[in-house]
Amino acid sequence: MDYGWIMIVPVLGGALAGAAMLIWWERRLLGFWQDRLGPNRVGPFGLLQIVADIVKLFTKDDWVPPFADRVVFILAPTAIMAGMLMAFAVVPFGPGLHVIDLNIGLLFFLAMISLAVYGVLLGGLSSNNKYSLLGGLRSAAQMVTYEVFMGLSIMGVVLLTGSFNMSEIVRAQEDVWFVVPQILGFFVFLLAGIAESHRLPFDLPEAEHELAGGFHTEYSGMKFGLIMVGEYLGVILVSAMITTLFFGGWLAPGFLPPISILGPELEGVFWFSLKTTFFVCFFVLLRAGIPRPRYDQLMSLGWKILLPITLINLLATGAIALFIAEGG
Amino acid sequence: MAALAEIPTPPVVAELERRFGPEIQYQYTVDGIPTLWVSRDQLVDVMRQLKPDYPMLFDISAIDERVREHREGQPSSDFTVFYHLISFERNEDLRIKVALAESDANIPSITSVWPAANWYEREAYDMFGVNFSDHPNLYRILTPPLWEGHPLTKDHPARATEMDPFRMNDEILDAQQEELRFVPEEWGMSKKAKHTDFMFLNLGPNHPSVHGVFRIALQLDGEVVVDAVPDIGYHHRGAEKMGERQSWHTYIPYTDRIDYLGGVMNNLPYVMAVEKMAGIEVPDRAKMIRIMMAEFFRISSHLLFFGTYAQDVGQMSPVFYMFVDRERLFTIIEAITGGRMHPMWFRIGGVMQDLPDGWDTMVRDFLDYLPARLDHYDKMTTTNSILKKRSIGVGQYSTAEAIEWGVTGPGLRATGCDWDLRKKRPYSGYDQLEFDIPTANNGDVYDRCLVRIEEIRQSLRIIRQCLDNMPSGPYKAFHPQTTPPLRERTMEDIETLIQHFLNVSWGPVIPPSECCTMIEATKGWNSYYLISDGGTMSYRTRIRTPSFPHLQMIPLISRGFFVADLIAILASIDFVMADVDR
Repeated sequence: MDYGWIMIVPVLGGALAGAAMLIWWERRLLGFWQDRLGPNRVGPFGLLQIVADIVKLFTKDDWVPPFADRVVFILAPTAIMAGMLMAFAVVPFGPGLHVIDLNIGLLFFLAMISLAVYGVLLGGLSSNNKYSLLGGLRSAAQMVTYEVFMGLSIMGVVLLTGSFNMSEIVRAQEDVWFVVPQILGFFVFLLAGIAESHRLPFDLPEAEHELAGGFHTEYSGMKFGLIMVGEYLGVILVSAMITTLFFGGWLAPGFLPPISILGPELEGVFWFSLKTTFFVCFFVLLRAGIPRPRYDQLMSLGWKILLPITLINLLATGAIALFIAEGG
Repeated sequence: MAALAEIPTPPVVAELERRFGPEIQYQYTVDGIPTLWVSRDQLVDVMRQLKPDYPMLFDISAIDERVREHREGQPSSDFTVFYHLISFERNEDLRIKVALAESDANIPSITSVWPAANWYEREAYDMFGVNFSDHPNLYRILTPPLWEGHPLTKDHPARATEMDPFRMNDEILDAQQEELRFVPEEWGMSKKAKHTDFMFLNLGPNHPSVHGVFRIALQLDGEVVVDAVPDIGYHHRGAEKMGERQSWHTYIPYTDRIDYLGGVMNNLPYVMAVEKMAGIEVPDRAKMIRIMMAEFFRISSHLLFFGTYAQDVGQMSPVFYMFVDRERLFTIIEAITGGRMHPMWFRIGGVMQDLPDGWDTMVRDFLDYLPARLDHYDKMTTTNSILKKRSIGVGQYSTAEAIEWGVTGPGLRATGCDWDLRKKRPYSGYDQLEFDIPTANNGDVYDRCLVRIEEIRQSLRIIRQCLDNMPSGPYKAFHPQTTPPLRERTMEDIETLIQHFLNVSWGPVIPPSECCTMIEATKGWNSYYLISDGGTMSYRTRIRTPSFPHLQMIPLISRGFFVADLIAILASIDFVMADVDR
């Protein structure tokens, strides 16, 4: 069954609500891990903190620096948000639960997430501030590096499935999740995903301790809010993609009986959300635990280690796929 | 003066007189540092010859002698410039003084001998108007460029109420703005090289990683630091000038705020200097309490260093754990002193009050609690491979360079030099305690961190010994200059009551003398050079802080590294701007 365009409403609402929730969730989780409380004052468990934050962001002076390139400056946060949200269109949340079932779903995802990085780059350049410029330059370098093997790392999955279609990728994992045959691809995609959503430890375009916010130094008010929500959307998106590509998407672990009261679709959403939440928490844990490598170290990690690994992975997967195809 | 004649002149004086002729005049000071008056023309030559024996230039500043009454046995002088040198081999200090007339306040610069003299001479110029000829860039360093007058001269007002109200009009504003315009050439940086145009980045005075109001002008080639020129003075509060307006007793709270993470550790060199001038012998219990409290603040300061250091290389969590530990520490400090970060608790002749009931349980609990946490931090931070890659080999300097630039404290010990004043020149009873001096070999960012972490462990060891062996007895000396005198006695006899009344209303009168005491503070060697003219207030208070020379070294150790490395280097120096600008 294909719900098609109706799905836009829950996906859009769910993604935005999830990103907003994540702002609170991350702060609570970090607080828990860091011997402190985190926001717990507004509403039950501090849940209404999100509302307070949104009210604050909307009422802040939305300042555009007179020295900035006005049009691009305003467009950049929009590009980040738009890119991230568009990418959600191809994510299958359950069997048949997706906005659009593109045959080139995976390529669409790659294209959209690159668009979001453009937002970072343009935001940094248009601010006309030296810290932002350095942030923009770093994001450009990071984009060029990590786009390359983000694409390459998932080609193993495509080879095994024989399709770019997300739903088919999930169905192809009914026997075994792709994390087993594609363990290398998974690790590379995970690293590239962190870099794409520029979260610690790969938050070099921001690097608040060096560049004082980097590409978004000059942003304030809701434009900053868009950038922040865009970042959290990115976290959810990358987690969702890891789930879809390597951890069987909506599929329940094979040894468990189906949860009959939910029905296949809701059960799919349940498992999908559970897995995605796990990876979101993993992202937060990474932020809590790991220091930031230097810019050149990140680049050499990318080009000297990750790229060869990806290529070897692709070569080996291709050879095995060919062998099976020949033999079968 | 009869007593003076009995004190033998140090042997080094005779040696120097032989080398430089009879013009050299010896002056006695109570701190026992040989003090020699040298003529202006001889200065550079003398310094050059002294340098092999006394490799560290510890301090340079000046004294405005124009209204000083007690100058028996000293050559006539309006402005005296003094140089404090340290020999590591002999474990000896030497103070060189040069007399200058008001009409001709010129003196040759010794930057050609010690490059580290640069900032000190700029400060002396800024504060006293002494002109150092041949100085490469003799600009104001602590006060703004358009400041009128030289603050530490005796005719400069000490309080705003002594001046006309300040008014900012357009003309002043424009002049100030124009003065702030950044011209790279004025900072000694060129705009372009053969193949590149450089970018100039203004790091600070408000930047999250410069630990206060500190500005560095960066000349960048891409993200590589070509040159870095530090600009200080944003935190200058005139602490030395305030010393001339506060009684010996009421100046103690100001010392807390010099290295504002050092708490009572800052009181220690000051009260020790005053006690030496007054001839007060501090009872053992007070000494031990002082050591214990000072070591508590060393731990607190090092914990903050550790946390912010991890944060500056991008690790988010450690600083929160360390603030939890500091909170426990402050609970103990609060229970003992009543204050937290600035308890201003040491007194001339002892400490403010005795230790409260139950202090030992609190201290013991903390001693049992912290080591496990430190082991945990090792796992989390110091053994982390990303952090190691960020810090090993970055911002490296050798022992020779450290001594040349006046680097002291953990920054010196990270180069393999085991100089710790607590061991080499034990003060306040440190010779009674067992502890090791942690050192490292490479002198890079990582080693400076390791040394500090090990120092925390050694401080815990010291505190445990204080806890187990705390002597009984009074917490304050029975001496008329002890301020305020022991409370129990003021209630019993009229003499002490009068003494109390005089000392807290008028202030203790310290006999005319000069004294410099230095301690191993949290960030390096901190010294107070006090001059009394026989009054209730100091005639001159010179505060030598460790962070000041450390920052001067930044260009040297950060050239060729990335901006991100510079942040790690700044973190590893462990400075607070109040300690730099005073």
